[in-house]
This record gives sequence, structure tokens and C-alpha cells, in this order.
Amino acid sequence: MSHRSERERAPALRAALRLAALALLLAGCSGVQPWVKPYEREHLADPIMSLSRNSISATYLDHMFETREGSHGATGAVGGGCGCN
Amino acid sequence: MRPGRLAAAADAIDGVPGVPVTGATSGSGRRPALSPFTRTLLALLIGAGPALSGVLPEDEADVMYHSYSGGGITVEGPSVLIRKKVGDSLSFTANYYEDMISSASIDVRLSASPYHEIRRQKSIGVDYLHGKTTYSFGYINSVEPDYRADTTYYSVSQDMFGDLTTVTLGYKRAWDRIYRDICNAPHPTGTYCPDIINDPTFHQQADHRGYSFGASQILTRNTLIDLNYEIDTDEGYLANPYREIRYLSPGGLGFTLAPQVYPNTRTSNAASVLLKYYLPWRAVLTAQYRYYHDTWAVVGDTFELGYTLPVWHRWVFDTTLRYYTQSHASFYSDLFPRADYQNYEARDRELAAFDSYTVGFGASYEFEIPKVPWIHKSSANLRVDRMLIDYSDFRNALLADIYGAGNEPLYHLDATIFEAFISVWF
Repeated sequence: MSHRSERERAPALRAALRLAALALLLAGCSGVQPWVKPYEREHLADPIMSLSRNSISATYLDHMFETREGSHGATGAVGGGCGCN
Repeated sequence: MRPGRLAAAADAIDGVPGVPVTGATSGSGRRPALSPFTRTLLALLIGAGPALSGVLPEDEADVMYHSYSGGGITVEGPSVLIRKKVGDSLSFTANYYEDMISSASIDVRLSASPYHEIRRQKSIGVDYLHGKTTYSFGYINSVEPDYRADTTYYSVSQDMFGDLTTVTLGYKRAWDRIYRDICNAPHPTGTYCPDIINDPTFHQQADHRGYSFGASQILTRNTLIDLNYEIDTDEGYLANPYREIRYLSPGGLGFTLAPQVYPNTRTSNAASVLLKYYLPWRAVLTAQYRYYHDTWAVVGDTFELGYTLPVWHRWVFDTTLRYYTQSHASFYSDLFPRADYQNYEARDRELAAFDSYTVGFGASYEFEIPKVPWIHKSSANLRVDRMLIDYSDFRNALLADIYGAGNEPLYHLDATIFEAFISVWF
């Protein structure tokens, strides 16, 4: 395999992965104090605030839009197959 | 066709070369190999992540009926989802999903025959919780008469900063096998085909890889933000084998149909931000935006607003408004000037320029099931969405005999999407 220069690599992918890796490493050694205390999270714990409420419906709608649009991704959902005619 | 998505680190950590990330017009691959620095960081984060504690999803079962109707297509079927914890660290998920498709869409009527078929999708997934880290992986199998897909996905999530932040890295790999159905023995009346088989001369493949990064953050005691970024690469046969381009030609309808020619690679980037805000009267406002761009020059913007309102103790109502707009692919045209006009040629509606509006309304009713003490919550849910699509450069070619090729009215699609499902938590 020939040597590939830095410029040839996917810059967006490298940047995203480095950012994520640095963030996770920082979490392991930092002592950041939460500015919203656990006893202040009553509203956040309400089921209507859930990011995954009605996940079966959200997954279905993602698939429905994806098969009819040119865009996809960044929804957190994973699907397979086609069903697109 | 279904492009691949989702994302990841595992492949990168192992140093396995990635997928070609070429532009749409290039057939030779470039590999997004990661530098030693990046690989080291990723290895460290997996091996030395903080060991605190997270939460697995609740045990749940959902049974759904879904229906899509519009543009001469009806797609309906069931979906069943079961989620069950085993011990304190493991959670299993299984899903069965079915699309029963009856299609006489504008594309089918132009260059093929109306058809009925069933797509069946089965998936299993596992979440493993270790401290504040959740490792997830799963497998999805989708089968329809002319398309088979196997997908695996992996992700790792980490809660941090006093559980104010959750960071997720994901990876997805998918292998598709594409066939083309032909009529083996037409019915004597010629009105339909009772014996459809795969064309023995047509067998294509496509591979997909996806890498994703997500971060959920508590901003205030009433506000959440969720960020997602995803890079996908697709390689192989990415066209629809049934659809055709058309080019100007004298006589007849004024155009001739010809096979589509797609590039064999596609790389896409998508980034989204979602904001949820808890209102003082116990309701939630949701705003979401997604930006999409790929090497085929498709640029898409998605805007969505949602409002969730619980009332009368047992009811929850949802209203959503979604707007989507996209530009056309660089090799798309509704009508090419002549045969073999350019290297790549497509007329798929999904690659045309269009605007889409979707209004949705949902209602959920919580109830108890008597004499079944192990079910602690249940809900019945209905949801209806109405979608309108206005194409900017896709014309109704079925009207060419009236208006002439290239002068037909722009195509417009109205569709109704219906969902009914029961959920129980146990």
C-alpha cells in the first residue's frame, strides 16, 4: 500500500473523532461541578422531556422521510434495507 | 436505495483502513486512515474512560400498525418492539418490522409495472452498562424480493460532568445485495404477472459505512440540547435499477427512456441540533435543525418545531411542523438534451430539488391493565402526518403527450402517514 499524506485523509472525520476523544478523556480526570444539581432536575426527568419518547414512532418516521429525500443521517437512528420505490 | 449511516471508533482504533472517500465522479478510492495521534486518543478513551454509573432503558413492549399513502403508493404493516433487561448491566432489544408495498407511483407507471411486495426487517440489539459507560451493538436484517441488507452497528456512550453531558460515538457497517425483478411468465391477459423472478443477469452489491458523534447536554433546569454529527460513505451500486432517465428525441412523446448511470461512491456529512425547553405550564417546546451535504452536491436543510402538551392527567398531545428543502444532485436532470449527454445521469425524484412540508398531530392515552400487576404503565397512541412535496425540477412525464416533453407541469405529491401503537412498560 502506498503512503498517503495527511491532506488525503478525511479532515472532517479526523476532527470529529479527535474532538470526541479529547472530550471523553477530559471527563475522566476533571472535577467539573454540575451547575444543575440533581435535585433541580425535576422538569428534565419528566417523560415528556425524553429524547427517546415513542422511539418506535420516531424510527418509523425517520425511515419514511429517508426513503423520500436525498438527505439522511444525524438522527441517531439505524435502519437497513430499501423499501423505497 | 438506502444509503448507509451511523458512525464510529472501533474500526479506527483497530487501524482498519476505512472506505474510499472519493468524490462522486471518481472511481478510485482514498482511505480516511487515522493518524497515530487520533488512534491513540481513541484507544485511551475506550480503555481509560471514567467508571461511574449510567442508566439502561426501561423494559418495554410496543406493537404498531403504520401506513403511508400518497403518489400512487401504499405502504403499511406492523412493527413489534421488545426491550428487556437481564440483571443490572444488560438490556436486550428485538424488533420485527414489515412494509407491505403496493406501488403504482409516477416512476413505476413511466418505466415499469405496478407491483406488490413485502419487506421484512428483523433486528436485535444489546446494551451493556459498565459504570457510566454504555456499550451497544446490534444487527439488522432486511429482506425483500429484490433487495437484501445486513447491517451491524456499535456505539459507546459516556455520561460525564455530573451527568449533565452524554457523549456517544457510533459506527455502522452495512452490506446490500441488489437484484432486479422480471416477469418470468406473463398472465395470458397481459394485465399482470403471476410469476416474478430475479433477473439472473443482474446482481449488484453496495457497502456502507457510517461514523457518528453525538452529545446531549443539560443547559439549565428546563433546557436540553442534543447535537449529532455523522459521516457516511457508500460504495457500489447506488442507483435504482427500475428507474430511467429521459432525453429529448424527435417523434412520439418527444423523449426516449434510458438506464440511469450513477457514480459508485458517495460521501455525506450531516449535522443536527435539537433543543428541548420545558415550559412553566408543563409542556415542552422542541426545535430541531439538520444540515446535510454530500459529494453528489445534494444540500438539504431540515427545520422542525414540536409542541408537547399533557392534559387531563392521562392524555398527551403532540403537534409537529417540519420543513425540508434540498438542491438537486449534480448529475440529475428531468430531461437530458440528448443520449449519453454526460458520464453520470439520474432522474430519481429523491435527487431532484424540492421543498417538503409535513404537519403532524399525535395523541397518547395512558391506562392501567386490570389484574396484570407486572405491567406498571400502558399507553395507546395515534399519530397522523400530512406531507406535501413540491418538486422544482421534476416534471410529470406522464402528461408529455398533452404539454410536450419538458413543458409538463411540475410534479406535486401529497401523502398521509398514519400510526397506531400500544406501549406497555413492565
